[in-house]
Amino acid sequence: MTEQIDKALAREYEAGFVSDVESETFLPGLDEDVIRRISGMKNEPEWMLEWRLSAFREWLEMEEPDWAQVDYPKIDFQSISYYSAPKSMKDKPQSLDEVDPELLRTYEKLGIPLIEQQMLAGVAVDAVFDSVSVVTTFRDKLEEAGVIFCPISEAIQKYPDLVKKYLGSVVPKKDNYYAALNCAVFTDGSFVYIPKGTRCPMELSTYFRINEQNTGQFERTLIVADEGSHVSYLEGCTAPQRDENQLHAAVVELVALDDAEIKYSTVQNWYPGDEEGKGGIYNFVTKRGICHTNAKISWTQVETGSSVTWKYPSCILKGDNSVGEFYSVALTRGRQQADTGTKMIHLGKNTRSTIISKGISAGKSNNSYRGLVRMNPGAKGARNFTQCDSLLIGDKCGAHTFPYIESRNPSAIIEHEATTSKVSDEQMFLCRQRGLDPEKAVSMIVNGFCKEVFKELPMEFAVEAGKLLEISLEGSVG
Amino acid sequence: MSNTNSLLTIKDLYASVEDKQIIKGLNLEIKPGEVHAIMGPNGAGKSTLGYVLSGREGYSVDGGNVALAGQDLLEMETEDRARAGLFLAFQYPVEIPGVSNLEFLKASVDAQREARGEEAITSAEFLKEAKAACKQVNLPVSFLKRGVNEGFSGGEKKRNELMQMLLLKPTLCILDETDSGLDIDALQVVAEGVNSQRSADRSFIVVTHYQRLLDYIKPDFVHVLSDGKIVKSGDASLAHELEAQGYAWLQTAPAEDELEG
Repeated sequence: MTEQIDKALAREYEAGFVSDVESETFLPGLDEDVIRRISGMKNEPEWMLEWRLSAFREWLEMEEPDWAQVDYPKIDFQSISYYSAPKSMKDKPQSLDEVDPELLRTYEKLGIPLIEQQMLAGVAVDAVFDSVSVVTTFRDKLEEAGVIFCPISEAIQKYPDLVKKYLGSVVPKKDNYYAALNCAVFTDGSFVYIPKGTRCPMELSTYFRINEQNTGQFERTLIVADEGSHVSYLEGCTAPQRDENQLHAAVVELVALDDAEIKYSTVQNWYPGDEEGKGGIYNFVTKRGICHTNAKISWTQVETGSSVTWKYPSCILKGDNSVGEFYSVALTRGRQQADTGTKMIHLGKNTRSTIISKGISAGKSNNSYRGLVRMNPGAKGARNFTQCDSLLIGDKCGAHTFPYIESRNPSAIIEHEATTSKVSDEQMFLCRQRGLDPEKAVSMIVNGFCKEVFKELPMEFAVEAGKLLEISLEGSVG
Repeated sequence: MSNTNSLLTIKDLYASVEDKQIIKGLNLEIKPGEVHAIMGPNGAGKSTLGYVLSGREGYSVDGGNVALAGQDLLEMETEDRARAGLFLAFQYPVEIPGVSNLEFLKASVDAQREARGEEAITSAEFLKEAKAACKQVNLPVSFLKRGVNEGFSGGEKKRNELMQMLLLKPTLCILDETDSGLDIDALQVVAEGVNSQRSADRSFIVVTHYQRLLDYIKPDFVHVLSDGKIVKSGDASLAHELEAQGYAWLQTAPAEDELEG
């Protein structure tokens, strides 16, 4: 079976095309002047620029982390361009009719039509292309409900008080190396505010697309769910197939105030590089949410892309009775490397967290789960359950598990279960003996392995995730 | 190479696993509707024969040929053999966690129908058939929703194999020690299921160590497999002879040409 796997690990990356869009792109390089220019392009107020500059000064003093189980050449931060936007976006289009048709076609090709009539009913989309948001759909309908869903660059102008209050409140500027860099140079991303007691009338989603060469994407997402509100949000990401590596360093902050609930789902499909590990996106992302009393944050991620992934969506369970969840499927193949997991920080009483992680490794890839569960002294009666399963396809890949468990409250209960299994010859033989071809057999076995996570995704996206997995595994057996 | 009205013709088959030859010159012919029992001591190559015929990886053919309904079976991929009507009921069915029985069965039936150029069966129709099959093998309908063999008892796994057979409607069924690990009640259920499937266009190879199963599934022929070849063939009475005398007297058997035919 191994030989067949080797032979057939080639697959098409369907989102690998380049759009022919005329862009305005900064020359590579990073200094305070570049940050002033980014801020200037966005017409930002002075406080925002100061915030960026202070983050940049912190960043200069920081060291790139090297503790993750990943290996890549040192990044030259001066060789990256920190801003690129389609020229047509310069005079901001006021409606969909004014948006460059090439941009609309790009999203359509990715299966995300932005014309509202053609969209999945009940899903509003913010489309971010390189450094700018090109369009946000269904805004009128959302405004009726009092929901704010707009590019963060616009929120800085229109809702400065909300942004000032919450930006950097969950992930501080100097939290880590990439987060600090993001604070300095972030260009766009989504901002969401759900008012008190409101249930967001539709799913919200953002699709990130990197198009331009030699650029980095540094998006920033901030979601604030006010008391007793509820929102479900999904992000998707793709990039063209290029020989050089590109950096994606995002920061996502979630704030769930008392009794609020945020469900955040990710389908990450950045270009993973070729079989030899050439090209692909470095996905260095900081995602964290804070839960106040009785609040709940649920992270669900399906990670199939990127050449290197470094990502730990986390929950700070500050309020009593708050709940954090992390459901993850991470699939690596070729030479992909993923070091991903979560942190559940229990501060409040009777806080609960659940971690279900499914890692699938194929080819010569390396897939690590890294997770921290911390029970602080105040976390009386807190509970955690962690289940961490790895599935190996072939015999040249690696799966690793790094659980960190710290309990400072004797009444807290922590459970950890871990398994490692293989797609066995017996399973393959059973499937083929019943008439299934090997590819169908593998995708069925892997989908079964991921079932617990897929059932957490919003319905439309669960189907999408299953398909994505199928495409990702195409040709993973002969 | 084969008799036109035979379903399966095995001629002078040699096969090995990990460089060890297990099948050493095996001949067998099966006509449509016949039930052949293959008995023999442990290590004779009984299970290997099933795996070689169904095309399991790691089992290599060193010589001879096999025709299934006139097609060269050994040239075909594992899944194509299944689509051509060959079904193997496993001695130790493996679990596929998270994949529901129903999903697995529907995908199998779909793949086989598609390969044969037949129209796809609708989900509603299939569910109806699957429920009927559950009933026939005495499994609760809830088993359709459970993961394939996940947490099933030994008897439930065997009945699940039988259910798959009922839905896939093969022309050649190889039952690999289906009686192992079954109590007498489960054995009866399985045997009844098999008997209900006997028909003029479906043949069986029943591989078993014990004669017990053959009290319930009456074979047309009984063959004794020893050291990779058939050393004695006869009718159902041969099984009783074996039960009484064991296999030892056959292992020092005289030249095979006296025994064949």
